Amino acid sequence: MQSVHIVSAYDEELKYLSKRIAAMGGHAERMVEQAITALVNADPGLAQKVIRDDVVLDEGQREIDDKAIVIIAKRQPMATDLREIVGAIRISADIERVGDLGKNVAKRVVAVTDGRQPTSLFRGLEALADLALTQLKEVLDVYASRSVENIGFVRDRDDQIDAMYTSLFRELLTYMMEDPRNITPCTHLLFCAKNIERIGDHATNIAETIYYIVTGDQMAAERPKGDKTDKIVLPSAVPAK
Amino acid sequence: MADIGAERQTMAQAVTARLWNGRWLLAAGFVAVLAVYGFAGMSAYVVLAALALLLAAALLPSGSARHSAEDAAAIEASGLQRLSGEYLAAAVADPLIIFDRTATIVHANAAAFAAFGGIAPGMTLSLKFRAPEMQALLDGVLSGTVASDVVDYTEKLPVERAYRVSASSVGHATDLYVLVFKDQSEARRIDRMRADFIANASHELRTPLASISGFIETLRGPARGDPAARDQFLQIMQNQTGRMARLIDDLLSLSRLEMKPYLKPGTEVDLRQTIDSVIDSLGPLTRETGVVIERDFVEGPLDVPGDRDELFQVFENLLENACKYGQSGGRVTVSIARTETGPEAGIDVTIRDYGPGIPEEHIPRITERFYRVDVENSRTQKGTGLGLSIVKHILTRHNARLSIKSEVGKGAAFSVHLPAR
Repeated sequence: MQSVHIVSAYDEELKYLSKRIAAMGGHAERMVEQAITALVNADPGLAQKVIRDDVVLDEGQREIDDKAIVIIAKRQPMATDLREIVGAIRISADIERVGDLGKNVAKRVVAVTDGRQPTSLFRGLEALADLALTQLKEVLDVYASRSVENIGFVRDRDDQIDAMYTSLFRELLTYMMEDPRNITPCTHLLFCAKNIERIGDHATNIAETIYYIVTGDQMAAERPKGDKTDKIVLPSAVPAK
Repeated sequence: MADIGAERQTMAQAVTARLWNGRWLLAAGFVAVLAVYGFAGMSAYVVLAALALLLAAALLPSGSARHSAEDAAAIEASGLQRLSGEYLAAAVADPLIIFDRTATIVHANAAAFAAFGGIAPGMTLSLKFRAPEMQALLDGVLSGTVASDVVDYTEKLPVERAYRVSASSVGHATDLYVLVFKDQSEARRIDRMRADFIANASHELRTPLASISGFIETLRGPARGDPAARDQFLQIMQNQTGRMARLIDDLLSLSRLEMKPYLKPGTEVDLRQTIDSVIDSLGPLTRETGVVIERDFVEGPLDVPGDRDELFQVFENLLENACKYGQSGGRVTVSIARTETGPEAGIDVTIRDYGPGIPEEHIPRITERFYRVDVENSRTQKGTGLGLSIVKHILTRHNARLSIKSEVGKGAAFSVHLPAR
């Protein structure tokens, strides 16, 4: 935890920043969760709620930016404190993006669920969302506990998310080839999958920022790329069914 | 006889003890009586009567019992006041967290540590419980707008858990607050299970049912007088009922697992013994498929925290899959390795087959319920589509990890990493 400063108001300001980050994180987690639920259950009401909730995150980010700038100007922070403040700015930006991606998923609910789709279409997406949300939750838990020793799990899970995304991409392509009527919902679902995959990436970014805040070093640069969708092509002939 | 003797002895002891306790009073009485006798020249009878009176007073039941009861009550009252909050918290079975005005955790009981990993005294509570409703609850209680409040709080990942959380201040002006979590997961899960069961299982059960009812119709109609066809159809029907029974068993064990989301801490499992007994229990299957199971175990103790029956099921499912789907490879290797240090310390169990392997695009998905790489092959091997999803569920509860590596044509390797704690 942070060391104690002579001016206790300074401690409180730093604490306030991390509390706001946690609140934003919780809000973003909830938004993504609800967006997926809205998509799977074809619930436009819930989707509307998610879209409205995004404002809270935008506000949160602006507030953290303002507060951070004021602290830097007033307290001339050094070392850990400075990293803590700069980290807060970066993390809040990442969380705000997560919220935007969740909102984008929610926006597609009406288009995807227009005409009832089979549940098998959503099963893969749910599994992908579970992975990404677990990633986000664990990263934010590390932000709370500051135990960066075993932050390696983030990279592992990122690989899993990428592999799952690649698999989902293939699956959706197959559905489109089977029946042209699937193209509209499947294209939207592809974007949803991409959004969720991006959420995983933002979570990884946050993990790197936390590592930097706590240790003062950057995390090792190698970041394996498991996303192979850039190489997937359709077979030229439609396979005989 | 011996009883009575012993009783007499204890009585004698009691009398001596009482005389000893009253020795000063008795001695003073004697002296007083003797002095009076000496001065006044009273008759010896009076003296004897006085002595008898003194003795009787000494022997009559004393008030010491009443005294000790009062003492005990006094000790108890002061004990309740001095009772440490820590002991009280430890005695509560539900997760309980005590925190101060700045939402910093002061104390959390063992149940809280078991339920929410990664909390420690000194941590800010609102950083761990980030859900909007929890934030509102903490803000409300800390700002003093409400004395106590209750919200429903759900954690979806890694396993779904639902709590009814109550927050309130402790005592008068202690500046301490308490959060108590009441687990509601079970009720919630029963609801979900019903929905899930209808969604997933009804479809899976309908296929064998349709085939059975089709054959019954045929047996009653066109195949009525054909014994050869009848035997064949009855065999198929038996297979189908077997499939339905297996499916129900798997569904039940999956839902049992979902009922108790996290493991009781403290039990240790000997992996060597567990895996040996799994291999023994698969004897009939290996003879039938002609697969040889090879062992490659590291030396030394292989104890991990966990539940034996559940880990048995994990390795049973994995080995059974390896024998069935990797049958063409002719052998399956089970290897156990140990990592001693680092954050990844623990035991790795790898089950490797040399069969056709799993295409890459299926690997991330095969632990999903009812996901099948090859529907036809799964049906002939009597698969239910739930085996790996049970494995994954159990491993999540054990904080363990399943990783799958496979190359088409070269077989597949399923590795289980069990953390040493």
